[in-house]
Amino acid sequence: MTAGAAPLAPPDTPRRPTTTSRRRRIGEKWYTPYLFILPHLAIFLVFVGWPFIFGLIISFQDFFIARDRQGIPAPWVGLKHYIDLFTPGSIHFGRFWQTLWNTVLFVIISVPTLVGFSLALAALLNGRFPGRNLFRSVYFAPWTLSVAVIGLLWWWIFQSQGGLITNVLTALGLPAVGWLTSQPWAWLSLLIATVWWTIGFNTIILLAGMQAISRDLYEASAIDGANKWQQFKSITVPSLRPILLLVITLQVIASFNLVGQPQIITNGGPPTAQTTPVLLHIYNVGFAQIGRFELSVAAAMSFLVALIMVAVSVINFRIFRSDES
Amino acid sequence: MTATPSERPATATAVRRERRSLVSPGMIALYAVLVLIALFFVVPLAWMVSTSLKTESAVFTDKSFIPANPTFDNYARILTASGSTPVFRWLMNSVIVSTLGTVLTVVLTSLSAYAFARIDFPGRGLLFGLLIATLLLPAVMFLVPQFILVDILGLLNTYPGFILPGLAGVFGVFFMRQFFLGIPVELEEAAYVDGANRFKTFISVVLPLSGPALATLAVISFLAYWNDYLWPLIICEGAGCTLPAGLRNFQGAYTAQFGLLMAGATLAAIPVLVLYVFAQRWIVQSVTSAGIKG
Repeated sequence: MTAGAAPLAPPDTPRRPTTTSRRRRIGEKWYTPYLFILPHLAIFLVFVGWPFIFGLIISFQDFFIARDRQGIPAPWVGLKHYIDLFTPGSIHFGRFWQTLWNTVLFVIISVPTLVGFSLALAALLNGRFPGRNLFRSVYFAPWTLSVAVIGLLWWWIFQSQGGLITNVLTALGLPAVGWLTSQPWAWLSLLIATVWWTIGFNTIILLAGMQAISRDLYEASAIDGANKWQQFKSITVPSLRPILLLVITLQVIASFNLVGQPQIITNGGPPTAQTTPVLLHIYNVGFAQIGRFELSVAAAMSFLVALIMVAVSVINFRIFRSDES
Repeated sequence: MTATPSERPATATAVRRERRSLVSPGMIALYAVLVLIALFFVVPLAWMVSTSLKTESAVFTDKSFIPANPTFDNYARILTASGSTPVFRWLMNSVIVSTLGTVLTVVLTSLSAYAFARIDFPGRGLLFGLLIATLLLPAVMFLVPQFILVDILGLLNTYPGFILPGLAGVFGVFFMRQFFLGIPVELEEAAYVDGANRFKTFISVVLPLSGPALATLAVISFLAYWNDYLWPLIICEGAGCTLPAGLRNFQGAYTAQFGLLMAGATLAAIPVLVLYVFAQRWIVQSVTSAGIKG
């Protein structure tokens, strides 16, 4: 959950004509603007600029933190890690593609669910009735929590011993299923927890978009005898297209970044790695194998995954742009 | 966003329709659906708090939401715990990291955003383009190299280690620049004529006009730092962790001791939920505006 990690930033288009005050003032030192940007820019260059290059470099090396701490330079291995990832039978091949597919699977099941239900929720809330803001606030509340909190909570709720859902199903005389110990229930558990946690975000964005639609359109169509469903289909959704595409884009990125929920709720299984998304796999390879942190392999995987994510963003962006023109 | 009097339907029929609609079967059905959905969001939170108030044996036997014998033992136990699960330390670490990180983010990014919005200087377009371009880059590619960088700098398990990578983020620069561009330049001209320099103009004219945007950025930053999970998990250990990362270790230490675990989860949830109860309308609006502008 990066709050507002924004892929759709428009390029630096001049929105207003340059005024005299935007130019440097008479008597102003040449370095004044640089003093304003320096504190942030320095941190940016060290913590974003340098890692951007360094991450690429170590993906061509065999980098181990213990060796680095002793000042021993990491040996160069060229494209080895990348080639391994594309060589069937190599040690990292199978798990990488399996977990990448898991991530894609989660994107496929979660994006329509989270966008579809949030659209329905926003439509329900898009009226004028007492308590509307209260309902909106309740639906959004879980979004303010950490994945660690919602992960532990749903891990407990889905337990087959004493878990809330099992209690309810048993009380209703229904058979209990092993939510965390069998498929497809483990995936469904992750989906339910994620819907509960994040659907409020999509909902408030879509609701804001709906409220920006002119009421005249609804009133005119009501006079023409249109019912609520017809209005939703032929006024709300078409007017909402840009916002809807924004929400879809943000949701694809958010779902691609799945990592905390399976780590805490399903422990990546069952069986082994069945619900491990590629980001969790990268974490495991780079940071969780005690005594053998394969940081170079993790860096190479990260770059491949990042390339895929950028490609997906660009495709989304293209759709977004062509839609606007 | 909110209904203002001017938005009210102008025609008499529309007013009549609205009055009638509040008690119509349609409205009753709408409220029923809305309440059911609200239960889906509220019940898990109620269950979390309920479990945290039960003794370890009652967790599995007492299936009601109101504990038969409510107790704060779980909270007392985890808050006084030391060793591998110093929950109170984690809580304090989270408070310090989130507060410092938020203040620094707001100060540094608004300073930078002001120069990008108001001053022409060589390299401005290029630099801003560079910053904005990184918004497109997935966070995953920075995980490994940032970890190595923080190791080289000796900042593993330290407050600067938690704070600095977030501080390098560019969302605040982008967001505040958009806001500053909307402030009429004439207001600053007046201060300039009075002899104020750039910095003084920024402090005494621009910042006082930027309250809502600064507050929005502060809320977003605070939530991001408070809830950050993967990065602290990578760079912290033992007593040095923040609460979300600590909770993960906690899960391993107290497997199946759900009363303790839910007390820990509740402790991490309470500060943001309390903040949310008092400022919910405004937080929702902040996230909406940040989400749409971002």
